Amino acid sequence: MRTKTFTWLNERLGLDGIREFAAHKTVPVHSATRWYYFGGITLFLFGVQVITGLLLMFYYRPTVAEAFDSVRFIMTRVEFGWLIRSIHSWSANLMIFMAFVHMFSVVFTHAYRSPRELTWGSGIALLGLLLGFGFSGYLLPWNQISYFATKVGADVAGSTPIVGPSIARILRGGEDVGAATLTRFFALHVMLLPMLTVALIAFHVILVQKNGMSTPPWLKASSVRQMKFFPNFFLREAMVWYGALAVLGALAAIFPWELGEKADPFASAPKGIRPEWYFLAQFYTLKLIPSHVWFIEGELLGLLGFGALAVSWALLPVWGVNRAGEARVRLVSGAGIFLVVYLAVFTYLGYVK
Amino acid sequence: MRALVVFLAPVWLLAQQARDTCVECHTVMEGELQKPALLMKGDVHTASALSCADCHGGDRFSDDPTVAMNKAKGFIGKPKRTEIPQLCAKCHSSPDFMRRYRPQQRVDQFELYKTSVHGKRLATGDETVATCIDCHSVHDIRGVKDNQSPVHPLRLPDTCGRCHADAQKMAKYKIPTNQLAEYKTSVHWSALAKRGDLSAPNCASCHGNHGAKPPEVESVSAVCGSCHVLFAQLYEKSVHQPIFSAASGGGGCIVCHSNHGIHQPSVAMLAGPKAVCSGCHEAGSAGAKTAEQMAQLLDGLDASLTRSENTLTLADKYGMEVSEAQVKLLDGKENLVKARLMMHSFRIEDMSKPVEAGMGVAAETLRAGQAALHDKDVRRMGLAVSVFFIAITVAAIWLLLRRQESDGSGYIEASASQITKE
Repeated sequence: MRTKTFTWLNERLGLDGIREFAAHKTVPVHSATRWYYFGGITLFLFGVQVITGLLLMFYYRPTVAEAFDSVRFIMTRVEFGWLIRSIHSWSANLMIFMAFVHMFSVVFTHAYRSPRELTWGSGIALLGLLLGFGFSGYLLPWNQISYFATKVGADVAGSTPIVGPSIARILRGGEDVGAATLTRFFALHVMLLPMLTVALIAFHVILVQKNGMSTPPWLKASSVRQMKFFPNFFLREAMVWYGALAVLGALAAIFPWELGEKADPFASAPKGIRPEWYFLAQFYTLKLIPSHVWFIEGELLGLLGFGALAVSWALLPVWGVNRAGEARVRLVSGAGIFLVVYLAVFTYLGYVK
Repeated sequence: MRALVVFLAPVWLLAQQARDTCVECHTVMEGELQKPALLMKGDVHTASALSCADCHGGDRFSDDPTVAMNKAKGFIGKPKRTEIPQLCAKCHSSPDFMRRYRPQQRVDQFELYKTSVHGKRLATGDETVATCIDCHSVHDIRGVKDNQSPVHPLRLPDTCGRCHADAQKMAKYKIPTNQLAEYKTSVHWSALAKRGDLSAPNCASCHGNHGAKPPEVESVSAVCGSCHVLFAQLYEKSVHQPIFSAASGGGGCIVCHSNHGIHQPSVAMLAGPKAVCSGCHEAGSAGAKTAEQMAQLLDGLDASLTRSENTLTLADKYGMEVSEAQVKLLDGKENLVKARLMMHSFRIEDMSKPVEAGMGVAAETLRAGQAALHDKDVRRMGLAVSVFFIAITVAAIWLLLRRQESDGSGYIEASASQITKE
């Protein structure tokens, strides 16, 4: 019966091809092999987000009047609602953190070089989408801190030259954060961003399969021992995923994600209002820049700087290799270390000050 | 030449209008004669373009002192203390005049002053009592809302205390001088000075300002009741009202709460060694028993609400979602306030309703807090079980890998590498 089913499916789906591919897929074994797991962990956490997000949608209501109460209902009345919501929130944060780790592992192992320029580009775009998930999802519980943090975020986006005011209006659905913003952010969070992300993940993963796993430039590919992807690497990845699941469960049970107070647009902004940790470095940088530098507004200068940094970072495969296509190891590693230190220090300062 | 005169004449006239020879001369004098000219720079009257001559008379445009300070020009010099209220009233009792400067300001200060203890004694020739300048200062008079004014709510108690806390000054009137010291231990001063609540009572709130006098025994509850409305209404209908009103040395609210040194009320006022009730109700009497019962009701509700609050705080600390119960607990606290209010009818049955309602809230919120703490334990137990099974699964995978890889299978040595691309 089992064989018959397999044969039936194989005739229609070409399962033999997949089995053949899996049987021959290998992963290089060297001192940096452990960094290969981080892309998988990010993918696993995205899967957790999809499942928990779907479950939350059963009860969540995206209106100003009901959003906060519906999340409170999920946390207090729905069976295991507290677990689903806490895991969704913790997993979101861990996913973005793991995406950053994955990105820097690619930088320090110089895996962005030919033929993986599109893999790098799609990865950067995915990181941008994850940050978009974070920004849009943060507002959905409609609590005091998320409301005012979104106001600040939308204002910062509004400072972008030329298109800024239009972006801010489109984001907010008006002149201020309100009912229209909530429904827009909900639509972005559960429809547009997931569709784009799933398509881009598929593209990213297909490219990884097509081009294989990269080995660091200081190793000769022909001299590197290989591990079979299935079952050897797959089972190791499974152990890591199980570990991630245990960490998520522990965080949700010991440190449940707090709900805060319902947003009150007429109240004054709570003290020490700040965005989520992954925007803190930029937020703190903008705070440090004087209101005017020469004739340019400080905030505008900061945004132009971040824009230039993001574009040049996305173009890493262009400036990170020499004419022969070899990685500029010292330059790129130096830039990577600088960026890691900048993000770590400014995030810390943004948190404590 | 004629054109020049025509052009310069208005300029000269304007310059003359702005002149004030009183200030010009007194500014360059020394000591007491110079002081008014310096002080008046911060005066509200100066800011309204009024000058020395508006109170003291004389001609402020003349450089000649014999003309400037000529009685024929209305110069009165330093007014006598007994004349000061009338002098100020010349403008401050004139609605037409005041409308030009402060349209909303009252103009009955002098009439009120005449009814005050200060005003009455001044009329008998007692020059040591307070006149306008003793409270409002002189030459540097500031608006009441100016925090440098001696009659600003925060400074008024000390201003009254300058005389009323001075034993030497008060000796001839035979009135106590401890009011300011007592007031500064009170809840009212605490609200005013520490909390910065400028609407909190100061001396003038109870005694009046211009018509200052001590409240009569019958009017004490009305004075307190102007803020504590519900308390006064209950008290007026209570069994204590006629008894306290007949008390000598002040009645009404002050029998229990004192007058200037009003402290934070507590259950200790009802029962125990410091109970004020025991001053009249002997131990074992019906009154003393009622007071004890009231204390028990209030103590019981307070303790129950505190227990619920502590449980909810603990659950909240563990990250449990108890905000609904915390909001509900506010209803309980409101009932405690109501019970304390209803106590002023001195009838157990009036207090019972809010106490019972409060106890209900305390029980409900306690259950919510305990349930949250129980949930916390269940979650952690669930976590431990999950982690145990995850650990077993990971261990099983690891053992499987070890067994499979023990003979080197699953690895392709470098020379045989086929797929990897650099």
